[in-house]
Amino acid sequence: MFGQSILSLVIWVPILAGVAVLATGSDRNAALARWVALAGALLGLIVALPLVSDFNTATSSMQFVEKAAWIPAFNVHYHLGVDGISMPLILLNSFITVLVVIAGWQVIQDKVAQYMAAFLIMSGLINGVFAALDGILFYVFFEGMLIPLYLIVGVWGGPNRVYAAFKFFLYTLLGSLLMLVSMIYLYFQSGGSFDIQTWHATALGMTAQTLMFFAFLLAFGVKVPMWPVHTWLPDAHVEAPTGGSVVLAAITLKVGAYGFLRFILPILPDASHEFAWFVIMLSLIAVAYIGLVALVQADMKKLIAYSSIAHMGFVTLGFFMFNPMGVEGGLVQMISHGFVSAALFLCIGVMYDRLHSRQIKDYGGLVNKMPVFAAFFMLFAMANAGLPATSGFVGEFMVIMAAVKVNFWFAFVAATTLIFGAAYTLWMYKRVVFGSVTNPHVEDMRDVNAREILLLGVLAVCVLAMGLYPRPFTDVMHVSVVDLLAHVAQSKLP
Amino acid sequence: MSTASIQFAQFAPALPEIFVLVMVSLILVIDAAVDDSKRYLAYVLSLVTLAGAAYLTAHDLSAMPVLALGGLFIDDPLSDVLKLFLYLTVAVVLVYSRDYLTERGLYKGEFFVLALFALLGMMVMVSASHFLTLYLGLELLSLSLYARVALQRDSSVATEAAMKYFVLGALASGMLLYGMSMVYGVTGSLALGDMAIALQDGTDLRIPLVFGVVFIVAGLAFKLGAVPFHMWVPDVYHGAPTAMTLFIGSAPKIAAFAFVVRILGQGLESQVTEWRDMLVILAVLSMAVGNIAAIAQSNLKRMLAYSTISHMGFMLLGILAGSQNGYGSAMFYVLVYALMSLGSFGMILLLSRAGFESDQLEDFRGLNRRSPWLAFLMLLLMFSMAGVPPTVGFYAKLAVLQSVVEIGYVWLAVAAVLFSLVGAFYYLRIVKLMYFDTPHDTTPITISPDIRVIMSANGLAVLAVGILPQPLMAVCMHAIGASF
Repeated sequence: MFGQSILSLVIWVPILAGVAVLATGSDRNAALARWVALAGALLGLIVALPLVSDFNTATSSMQFVEKAAWIPAFNVHYHLGVDGISMPLILLNSFITVLVVIAGWQVIQDKVAQYMAAFLIMSGLINGVFAALDGILFYVFFEGMLIPLYLIVGVWGGPNRVYAAFKFFLYTLLGSLLMLVSMIYLYFQSGGSFDIQTWHATALGMTAQTLMFFAFLLAFGVKVPMWPVHTWLPDAHVEAPTGGSVVLAAITLKVGAYGFLRFILPILPDASHEFAWFVIMLSLIAVAYIGLVALVQADMKKLIAYSSIAHMGFVTLGFFMFNPMGVEGGLVQMISHGFVSAALFLCIGVMYDRLHSRQIKDYGGLVNKMPVFAAFFMLFAMANAGLPATSGFVGEFMVIMAAVKVNFWFAFVAATTLIFGAAYTLWMYKRVVFGSVTNPHVEDMRDVNAREILLLGVLAVCVLAMGLYPRPFTDVMHVSVVDLLAHVAQSKLP
Repeated sequence: MSTASIQFAQFAPALPEIFVLVMVSLILVIDAAVDDSKRYLAYVLSLVTLAGAAYLTAHDLSAMPVLALGGLFIDDPLSDVLKLFLYLTVAVVLVYSRDYLTERGLYKGEFFVLALFALLGMMVMVSASHFLTLYLGLELLSLSLYARVALQRDSSVATEAAMKYFVLGALASGMLLYGMSMVYGVTGSLALGDMAIALQDGTDLRIPLVFGVVFIVAGLAFKLGAVPFHMWVPDVYHGAPTAMTLFIGSAPKIAAFAFVVRILGQGLESQVTEWRDMLVILAVLSMAVGNIAAIAQSNLKRMLAYSTISHMGFMLLGILAGSQNGYGSAMFYVLVYALMSLGSFGMILLLSRAGFESDQLEDFRGLNRRSPWLAFLMLLLMFSMAGVPPTVGFYAKLAVLQSVVEIGYVWLAVAAVLFSLVGAFYYLRIVKLMYFDTPHDTTPITISPDIRVIMSANGLAVLAVGILPQPLMAVCMHAIGASF
């Protein structure tokens, strides 16, 4: 019955569930709000499952397409569809949403319904970003998700939350507004269409391509975030509640990277080749320099935030290698980072809930009190450092391989992450988990409970499965990526 | 056919105006005859008048422009649509203001009579096709507004605001008249249609014509409150009782749009290259000054006044495109703006109570804890003002930007979005105050149920029209398309 509208369900089920959660009202009904939210998140995941089971990996064309007139005055359509690039991201998002709802189960005691609703609505909007094939529809989802995220950071965040929320909102808005002007320009260049696939075939002069390249680069670069427009991320992460950090790291950063593949590369291929050096340079700075910045952080959340920026540098680096290995490596890295960063932020959340500190120096000797937690944390730390057999290794390895083919020195700089990444992650791990207990409060910390084991366990399975057998992921992406690269190789100059 | 019926047919297009005039006179008389306990009569009769006028207008929707009263008056789809929105806006204003006025002892017949006279002025402006009727409508509106601002006699701020409004408004009217006389000298006609025909093939009196256009644009900019003719806006918005600010900030903007489009788009259409450059300057300055000055305000009414200036700048972007698309997008913008303005000034009214004006930014602190529903409505309104989708403010901006890019002014679109980024900051600050902070003031909020319902509809409309903008967009495009 719903076979024709799976993508609509994937978008609207979480949003409507969010509205239902809001309807439960004040904190007197907090328990009800939690259960409704969990049901909504699970339902959102279930309706997304047919995307995997019915996905045709042999074609690069859009699947599960829905198209209806939305604003005929502007020729804007409600046009949805997924390919091998966007489908895994939708699934990742629907999956992470469930974890986020469970993660906030006990921690959030204030305005529970609003908290859960914000996450569910945002989840639906993000699915919309990945599924939209119409420029304006994309923009509506892309901007719309800022509203719940702004509230999440600002309402449930830490002491400096207002600053972080404003910085995050205005930074991302700056980029997207310039993108909006580019989209309107594309509308006229393509003869009056907001269809993204039509834009892929629209001829554009070099000047126009260059200007739009930088507009889009700013829009998506801020979201990724790339050096030097990354400074909002550590602030937002540190101040966000655990769930907010998880969604920020695991999902919203991917929105930026996804934009590169859906907009910048195929719509502006000549400018992309022309300025590839620029993006590669920024990516390498992110990998090497931000890796060093991460090393000196005293706040665990900040450390993981910087590590996210370094890992996302790998993603953009892979994209601009213009070969299948690089792009697929970047995509695998995106998914893997989704799991690993989510897990690490959840780990920090587990510790924070007990000690109410994110400072590395307040911990030490955790393994004595929380052995099970220490084991999980170990696995995720290793995955973050890129240890083989974890998902973190696959993407980094593919991108480095792709980079070697293009230029040895790119690969050389990128490979420093294997050292820095291991250094900052493991050093943090050592200071937090090993050694003797110095802080008396650590003595009182209890090990993870069943709910936390469930969360971390599920993510551990994902990290290991993807590390040991990444084939299903690359199979889904391969045809779409090859087709994309063939498209990017063609000049669009008139 | 008798002579009487022919004469009546002449007046038929102006039936709504005639009806409103008759009703105002009736209310004036009735209100003078009843005592204080029956003041609600004027309120009820005013709403009845609006409903009756809406019926008359909707009953006789014209598909084609019809000239009447010897070319002074035009009845076209544009005027029909705008009038319907005017009735709606004024009705909402009257409902929102009721409790506020009662608490301040301003709940008197004058309020309603002046509101309806102002409405009549706006209706004439919207339907004018002649410089004389345009000016007549404008003055009827302006004089009613001056008096309304001064209605709170013992408030020195309000009196000062009224004085300022009057002096600057009279100056603007003078400029406008001067410009009109220049244009009359060149074209030999005061009727917009004849003027357009006379100017079609160019004229050898270019200098006086451009001179006249400059004065007309300056006068219009005064009335719109565009920079550098904006000085009166913050003071009047701030000084007037909030119920009057609500009125000034909503319906007259719709009428002003019609006024500008009639003069520039219909009468002086062929001079588009002349007035476009002027409007570019006005628009850029308005967006810059409006958005930047708004950041520094701690009074919400004043902040919204500066925000109005920037919104008028944005609307001018649509008009300066000089195309049907442009006028259509400007019309969409102004209707959306009226909706948002009603909501946000309405919210100030709702949160005010006897002896307390809720017009400081601080008064919105922690609103989410006091009333989550009102906070949510205000959140929608603020994001819509900032132009963040999926609220309707985004589509208004999109439509206007599109018509600007269409004429090749990409740089102008870039400037506009950069200033709207500045604007986003102060709208976000309101959301921050409502959601992130804890309230100082915990007095329970009491609102009459009918006002609550209308406020909810107002706030949710911002979201609903945002999700499905097509109907309103189609109405605007049709009205412009069929009238030009």
